[in-house]
Amino acid sequence: MIARRFWAWVVFALGAAYFLLPLLATFIFSLQMRRGRLTFDAYLSVFADARFQATFGYSLTCAVFAIIVGVAIVLPAAYFVRLRLQWLRPLMEFITLLPLIVPPIILVFGHIRMFNSSSILPLTNSAFGTDVLIVCGYVTLALPYMYRAIDTGLRTIDVGTLTEAATILGANPIRTMVSVIFPNIFVAVLSGAFLTFAIVIGEFVLASLLNRPAFGVYMQNVGANRAYEPSALAIVSFALTWGAMGVIQLLDRFAPKTARKD
Amino acid sequence: MADAFLRIDNLVKSFAGNTVVKGVNLAFEKGEFVSLLGPSGCGKTTILRMIAGFERPTSGQILVEGQDISPLPPNRRKIGMVFQAYALFPNMNVEDNVGFGLKIAGVARDERRARVEEMLKLIGLPGYGKRFPFEMSGGQQQRVALARALAPKPRMLLLDEPLSALDAKIRVSLREEIRAIQRELGITTVFVTHDQEEALSISDRIVVLSAGNVEQVGAPFEIYNKPATRFVATFVGQINTLTGRVVDGAARTVDLDGQVVHVPALPTGAAAGSEVALTLRPEAVRVAGAAEGDVTLDGTVAEVAFLGSVIRLKVRLGKNNIDLDTFNDPSTPPPALGNTIRVSLNSSDVFVLAD
Ligand SMILES: Nc1ncnc2c1ncn2[C@@H]1O[C@H](COP(=O)(O)OP(=O)(O)OP(=O)(O)O)[C@@H](O)[C@H]1O
Ligand SMILES: [Mg+2]
Repeated sequence: MIARRFWAWVVFALGAAYFLLPLLATFIFSLQMRRGRLTFDAYLSVFADARFQATFGYSLTCAVFAIIVGVAIVLPAAYFVRLRLQWLRPLMEFITLLPLIVPPIILVFGHIRMFNSSSILPLTNSAFGTDVLIVCGYVTLALPYMYRAIDTGLRTIDVGTLTEAATILGANPIRTMVSVIFPNIFVAVLSGAFLTFAIVIGEFVLASLLNRPAFGVYMQNVGANRAYEPSALAIVSFALTWGAMGVIQLLDRFAPKTARKD
Repeated sequence: MADAFLRIDNLVKSFAGNTVVKGVNLAFEKGEFVSLLGPSGCGKTTILRMIAGFERPTSGQILVEGQDISPLPPNRRKIGMVFQAYALFPNMNVEDNVGFGLKIAGVARDERRARVEEMLKLIGLPGYGKRFPFEMSGGQQQRVALARALAPKPRMLLLDEPLSALDAKIRVSLREEIRAIQRELGITTVFVTHDQEEALSISDRIVVLSAGNVEQVGAPFEIYNKPATRFVATFVGQINTLTGRVVDGAARTVDLDGQVVHVPALPTGAAAGSEVALTLRPEAVRVAGAAEGDVTLDGTVAEVAFLGSVIRLKVRLGKNNIDLDTFNDPSTPPPALGNTIRVSLNSSDVFVLAD
């Protein structure tokens, strides 16, 4: 028994080391910008960089729009499929998994071919058009996560009966979705939002090929030209992603409690 | 019948070729409390959901005050509904749950608050406005659900087995409360249940359903004492079924294990020597003694069940068994097994049922 627990800990320690050692090494390296001393100078240098602020702001804005558009598409779709078209669920599962199977590089070449300057809808002609395109791309990339988060949320409530209860009280479908369904799966929607945020902040392929000033492109640039700042950036973006995950965990505690059945 | 408040004409519902409601005709008066009673799967919920508008009838009509409501979506039918699973909105407190329909209807805030107060008083939960559903017991939640359904002053109330998730004691007290509130408001109510005692105790009228058909419609007293079919007789309450042999069809005499009994009716054309099933309620049979009926039968005690205020005996008369209820008498212990016993009944309490 004790031996078994010992080996369990060994395996756990090895696994943890596999993840944590590179992170730790990167972190220590990022502190060594000044010879012989550990300082946060690399971080200060990164935060002071105007391009850092600009690209982070750009990606943050993209993330916000991707979240809004994503929720606006996925919530009604997942809701109505659960309510009326149960038989469509396997198809939905499959479609929402596609972005995980099709690499982003293919997605972006598709975008460029479809919406280039000689197409019917030449979105790539203007910066704004390209921004619209990139947000749509991000929505697609985040789709598997957003759909699963929302669908899981819908599973925790009795969608059918709650909808009928609201309907017989006079609510139309939109009203039902906004005042009854959405608030009860708000936490699930938020976790979908944070996953989207984590994806958008680190995304490189789409932004690079569409030539937009996103955070991922900036990180790559810095990585190619500097020594210590890339490590600092890596730690920062890692902290952001993990922060988002932590918030999701925390939010679960504030989910509306389902009623007792006694 | 034309002035019935709610009329159901030839209502049929099929799911993928499987017909579960088979041409139902019903008429409900304004202010009436009607129960739809029947075994699981007989189509009670389906009928209720068609009235609410959640299912579309395959054919037939539903008329409220003479007006066909089929073009109206459920949210415009002005109907209140209470569900078996309460279905309170978990994200809203009691006040917001009860006020939801009023808010949708655009009732001003102050008026809404007053109405919510009034409803909470009606259901006996004043001061519970700020509670959330998960902070309340099942019985309390169901009362809130009732208040929520009634708050917008619907023109009728539908309840689908609202008590079946609750435990026995609360079930009884809440059904009395529902009935009292219904009387006070005078609201036309359709109550779905598979519990015959529940239906008998609170309804003005009962609709007994079986496999998508209406078996009988009537007041509880009628349904119980004058069941129209064998199904109704056996589904509602306890029943004795005795097999006898016709002695003389014209004289309406039947041989019951060697004892000749005169019955009020026989199926037309029952030939002498053919078998008939006689039915009667356990309480129509008495231990012979003080007040005797016009028929007495001799048998032996086969079973004794002491139920408290009532003692149920099973008496063997040859091939037939007859159950009977006697009241507990503290000064006389119940008869012992194997004792010979004489029971009596009124031949007018015996009925011969069509199958
Ligand atoms: N949406 C549906 N699709 C297919 N069949 C259905 C559907 N709803 C109900 N049925 C069938 O219709 C029949 C009647 O169902 P209904 O729910 O009306 O019964 P019920 O009398 O309310 O029974 P219970 O007491 O169990 O609630 C059942 O055989 C059921 O399987
Ligand atoms: Mg039912």
